[in-house]
Amino acid sequence: MSQLTEDAKKRLSRSMMFVPGNSPKMINSADIHGADSLMFDIEDSIPVTEKDTARLLVAEALKKLPFKGERVVRINHPTQTPYGLDDMDVIIPAKPDLIRLPKTEDVSEVELVAKKIEEVEKANGWEEGTINIIVAIESVKGLYNVREICHGPRVVAIALGAEDYRADLRTTKNKPAVELLFARQTILLAAREAGIRVIDTVFSDVKDPEGFREEVEFIKALGFDGKSCIHPSQIKIIHDVFTPSEKEIAHSVKVLNSYADALRNNKGVIAVDGKMIDGPIVVRAQRVVDKAWAAGIKVELEEGAERDVK
Amino acid sequence: MAKLVKAATAGFDEKNDVLVTVEPIASGVEVDLTSKVMHQYGKHIEEFIKKVVADAGFDGVKVIAQDKNAWDYTIKARVLGALERGSKA
Repeated sequence: MSQLTEDAKKRLSRSMMFVPGNSPKMINSADIHGADSLMFDIEDSIPVTEKDTARLLVAEALKKLPFKGERVVRINHPTQTPYGLDDMDVIIPAKPDLIRLPKTEDVSEVELVAKKIEEVEKANGWEEGTINIIVAIESVKGLYNVREICHGPRVVAIALGAEDYRADLRTTKNKPAVELLFARQTILLAAREAGIRVIDTVFSDVKDPEGFREEVEFIKALGFDGKSCIHPSQIKIIHDVFTPSEKEIAHSVKVLNSYADALRNNKGVIAVDGKMIDGPIVVRAQRVVDKAWAAGIKVELEEGAERDVK
Repeated sequence: MAKLVKAATAGFDEKNDVLVTVEPIASGVEVDLTSKVMHQYGKHIEEFIKKVVADAGFDGVKVIAQDKNAWDYTIKARVLGALERGSKA
């Protein structure tokens, strides 16, 4: 697997904002709210009569606008719909960072998208792994195949698409979302086994910021890397929840500095505040410092101590 | 040179968008533009539309564009969308 694909698996992914792919007004202002990822949608938010123009609009936007956020395009499914293959023909040459494959049910679907990406990369002389894939699990079948799907070619992230999944279960939306627990945890475990990012579903009630915050706290506790959102006001809440506290940052800095000191002086066992430090604790400390940096907190480390720069 | 087989429209009459209609004509590329920013950018938009049509390999096209402050990428996408639709029987 290419280095670019490996790097993409580690990219910071707290917030992924949905942007309707046929709205120039929303595309023009998509980047100003600071979302880590922008997901331009040419799938469910676009009526069948406008699929052709939405894909052209998103492709031209990708070619011309200097977005800072990661650029993701949610295409129509390449085998379950008549639009997905045309979407790939137009979108992939516009060089997005990720193609989002909706309703993924089998790794063969991922392979189909990966093959097309590979062709376009080669034809344009782009480095392998310039474009990668995020899959979305939205059905029971997809959930049962999730481990294999996560190991599919170029898969760097996975998301849960809750609406279709709920319909497939024959249940409805609950608060709290008990109906999603098994799917969330199953997807999370599969993502961790494959070493990829995992992003939670949207929370559609934009007028309930407290409920939204609770859900973000909940999925963060489960282990998710980030959450999808549909409104700019939700981005700040996500980043707030995913930003480490001062205490966490201070402790992590101590851990990394002590670890660097131990390496420098060939010390065997190290302890911080009376607790032994080992590999997983160092990795977690690096993640905390990374997230602090992403939130704009400039954490200083001693020489030799390193964050796992992304 | 590609030719239109029928008239077609793409885009919307909305802020930052442009409603583009293309119609087959005998030859050449004509642009009939109305824009909120006619005075500042009218000339640029007209030339830009002509270039998009030519780069797409079309001749014999009249473009009627109603612009509401669309950025260039949007103008290009809407013109290409109308041309694509007008090429299909």
